[in-house]
Amino acid sequence: MSFGSSIAGLFGRSPIRPLQKHYDTVHDCALGLGDFFSAVRDGDWERAREARQRIAQLENQADELKKEFRLNLPKSLFLPVPRSDLLELVSVQDKVANKAKDIAGLMLGRQMTLPPSLADSMTDYLQGAIDTSAQAKKAINELDELVETGFSGREIRLVEELIEELDRLERANDDQQVQIRAQLFKLESGLPPVDVMFLYKIIDWIGDLADRAQKVGGHLQLLLAR
Amino acid sequence: MEWMLEHSTLMLLIAGGAGFFMALGVGANDVANAMGTSVGARALTVKQAVLIAIVFEFAGAYLAGGEVTATIRKGIIDAEVFNQTPHYLIYGMLSALLAAGIWLVVASWAGWPVSTTHSIVGAIVGFAAVGVGMDSVHWGQVGSIVASWVTSPLLAGFLSFALIKSVQKLVLNHDDPFQRAKKVVPFYMFLVGFVITKVTLVKGLKHVGLEMSFGSSSLWAVAGGLVVAGLGVLFLNRIHPDPEADKDFRFSSVERVFAVLMIFTACAMAFAHGSNDVANAVGPLAAISSVLANGGVIGKESIIPGWILLVGAMGIVFGLAVLGARVMATVGTKITELTPSRGFAAELGAATTVVLASGTGLPISTTHTLVGAVLGVGMARGIGSLNLRVISTIFTSWIVTLPAGALLSILFFYFFKGLFGA
Repeated sequence: MSFGSSIAGLFGRSPIRPLQKHYDTVHDCALGLGDFFSAVRDGDWERAREARQRIAQLENQADELKKEFRLNLPKSLFLPVPRSDLLELVSVQDKVANKAKDIAGLMLGRQMTLPPSLADSMTDYLQGAIDTSAQAKKAINELDELVETGFSGREIRLVEELIEELDRLERANDDQQVQIRAQLFKLESGLPPVDVMFLYKIIDWIGDLADRAQKVGGHLQLLLAR
Repeated sequence: MEWMLEHSTLMLLIAGGAGFFMALGVGANDVANAMGTSVGARALTVKQAVLIAIVFEFAGAYLAGGEVTATIRKGIIDAEVFNQTPHYLIYGMLSALLAAGIWLVVASWAGWPVSTTHSIVGAIVGFAAVGVGMDSVHWGQVGSIVASWVTSPLLAGFLSFALIKSVQKLVLNHDDPFQRAKKVVPFYMFLVGFVITKVTLVKGLKHVGLEMSFGSSSLWAVAGGLVVAGLGVLFLNRIHPDPEADKDFRFSSVERVFAVLMIFTACAMAFAHGSNDVANAVGPLAAISSVLANGGVIGKESIIPGWILLVGAMGIVFGLAVLGARVMATVGTKITELTPSRGFAAELGAATTVVLASGTGLPISTTHTLVGAVLGVGMARGIGSLNLRVISTIFTSWIVTLPAGALLSILFFYFFKGLFGA
């Protein structure tokens, strides 16, 4: 017996909350990278392995959520924003988690140590990237408020401001990257060449992490565009 | 016919039973949809919704249902045709009740979202066209009824769209939406009171013998609106913001203000449903009773006796309490997408449309009007997602319901003809 099916059945699953939950998981990956880094600095490879394990698990969870999200978005749904934009947004979000997992994987695999004079600024640099992701999370968390207001007025301006702040954080992270490269350049003659190569790679990837978090904001802007 | 007049009490009992059966279906099916939105938006519990429905369905049926009952009774078919064979009208109306009732049960069991209105109109057209003759149907009137099934969801959608846009502009788009909501919501409450009072006075009170001019009824309607708004303000003063919930979702407190408003629109919805859909069940019953009361003469104006509305209202209440409550519990778990601010827009848009249609005597489908209203809210980008496949299901059920109701009622018509004699 399913009386009253017409009204209740009219409502599809809202894509907004799953999208937010997905980014929450993604951001947890980025946060896990902070724990991983502190273990690497202490030279505690056992703890580092556990931290990387956690990041990998979270990344798997994010993948699952992404799949579920795609399956629950059939073509017959009438959405407040274009379906293709939502599907792209979830892909863009997912890439942040992948990057975090890559960074941890490479550093653990090569048991990379940070040169002592570089350790502090590297930690700050990573924190900058994590902060960028946190800001992206903040912006994504405004999505339900956006639907409530019908994507209009003050709420749009508020999200625009959040995205501007996100861009600012990413630029600051870029500046940090330039400085760290310069520092490493001064040290590199005294370090094993292969290690230096991979250090540059990690520096690049942390920059990518911030970059990808910024792209989440960019795609959110696409949703706002009329 | 003589036999029937001799046994008119028995015939009325049979007809009353069939009418009750049909009303039961209406109560189980439609009311859950009409009230389910408030339950789904967490503005009412199932128990509260049932209580509100009982009171306001009854009020709507009694105060504003007369016009639609008259349309069902004599607007669809040309009563003159039955002058020689008044018992055919009795067979037919009895068949229509049984056919629509049975179709409702079957469809509900299968989970198709059929409309009680469509099934009863289809059934009446069916027995008259086939059992009596094509020219016994007021095709023009039937055409306008069918047209109203298309226009009413459109109108409801338009109204809901305008309402939700106004909420976005007047309340959500401000520094302190909570305070704004407290200021603006009484105005919406005024609208609810105004519309209901107006239609009741202009159309509903005729059969009570109270005629009013347009001007004085407008004054009364304004007064009614003010009373409702005043009552609402009393309720609203008890609502305070909840900063903890607002951290997670900035409009949590605002939604609590709108939840109060939704109690009012739920009453309006029940009233509207009662004014339109109870008539489907009691219209045929009224026709049978008037033929019997006038000794087999058709066409005499007769006031619908109170007991008939009572049978309809009792049937609805019974169906609602026994089956509808269970349905509402399931519907309520599904509709979380309708927050009170959106749900109110959908309900008020639908209720206004239905009440207006009741005023003009057009039997429309409450459920489909509500669907149109929800789509209107969706158009304003206010809903996370709507499943458009359901729209096609609903559309199919429209198409199927008319012939199904007609076919069943034709079968019953011939059955009664054989049973009681042509």
